[in-house]
Amino acid sequence: MIGIIEIIVVILLAAGVFFMLTGAIGLLRFPDFYTRLHATGKCDTLGEVLIIAGLLLHHFFVYSSVPGAELSVKLVPVKLLFLIVFIFLANPTATHAIMKAAYNTGEKPWEVGEERK
Amino acid sequence: MKKGEKVEKGKKGEKSRGEKSRGVRGKEGKRGGEREGVERKGGKGFGIFVTFCVLFLFWLLLSGIFDAFHVGAGVICSVIVALISHDLLVRERGEKVLLKSFRFVIYLGWELWQIALANFDVAYRVLHPRMPIDPLIIEFDTPLRSDFALVTLANSITLTPGTITISVEPERGRFLVHAISKKPADALTVEKTMQNKVADVFMEGGQEKGGEWKNDMAA
Repeated sequence: MIGIIEIIVVILLAAGVFFMLTGAIGLLRFPDFYTRLHATGKCDTLGEVLIIAGLLLHHFFVYSSVPGAELSVKLVPVKLLFLIVFIFLANPTATHAIMKAAYNTGEKPWEVGEERK
Repeated sequence: MKKGEKVEKGKKGEKSRGEKSRGVRGKEGKRGGEREGVERKGGKGFGIFVTFCVLFLFWLLLSGIFDAFHVGAGVICSVIVALISHDLLVRERGEKVLLKSFRFVIYLGWELWQIALANFDVAYRVLHPRMPIDPLIIEFDTPLRSDFALVTLANSITLTPGTITISVEPERGRFLVHAISKKPADALTVEKTMQNKVADVFMEGGQEKGGEWKNDMAA
């Protein structure tokens, strides 16, 4: 039982790390401010959520389900769940805010054929 | 007669209210001024109560300690915050809230799948040696007006493949969106899948495609 859970946890963590890494590479490779936000805004959201989901599963099956565990220990997965919800709410909103600020200050979007900024 | 009916509706549980109001919805305007005046009183207490329950549940889950001091402090804090800021959480005074949240949960499932697709899409563009991107900015109008619907659509656009919301004009429901290439832009301006889904969830505006599905739900 624990073996299967561990495999799932490792897969979730690896996928999360992969997406975070993709976001970072995109940040470096993409040509301008707006497209860089595409990379970080999306990949970071899913990457973080996958990593937290992995931790959640791990904690739930390794610590929370142990008989006699303290209630505050048992409730840790709930707190991680809250984190996931708030990341899903806050991350796109923050991306949107940065985007809007850049647009309002007159940052020109990159177009095909231009040199990277 | 009708007024009395409405007042009574306000007192009942939210479920029956959500169901019943569907029937009369056609007759009264969505934002009929008369009805708002009637329901505001009953709705306020309901809003405070819902906010209190949410806050207190949140407190209990975060603290995890159930002695008199901690629970009592939680009750006091939740009451104060609920009194001050209940109108931030419950805006609609219970109108069809249950039905809307049910539809919202279904929408979330679809949205999660879109998020996964978005990430593979970005990963593909990032890791492709030639970076297949062709950014453009598009603008379109939606029938949505309520804050929650606009926020949902804006965040959904940001999280789904190839598009990020730049700005929203709430009065006209106008969205300014940065798309990373032509195809994701077309998904918003031509196919309009997402707008229709959000409009459907919050039952706003004249949905072109949404009508049939809604009738199915009612039948």
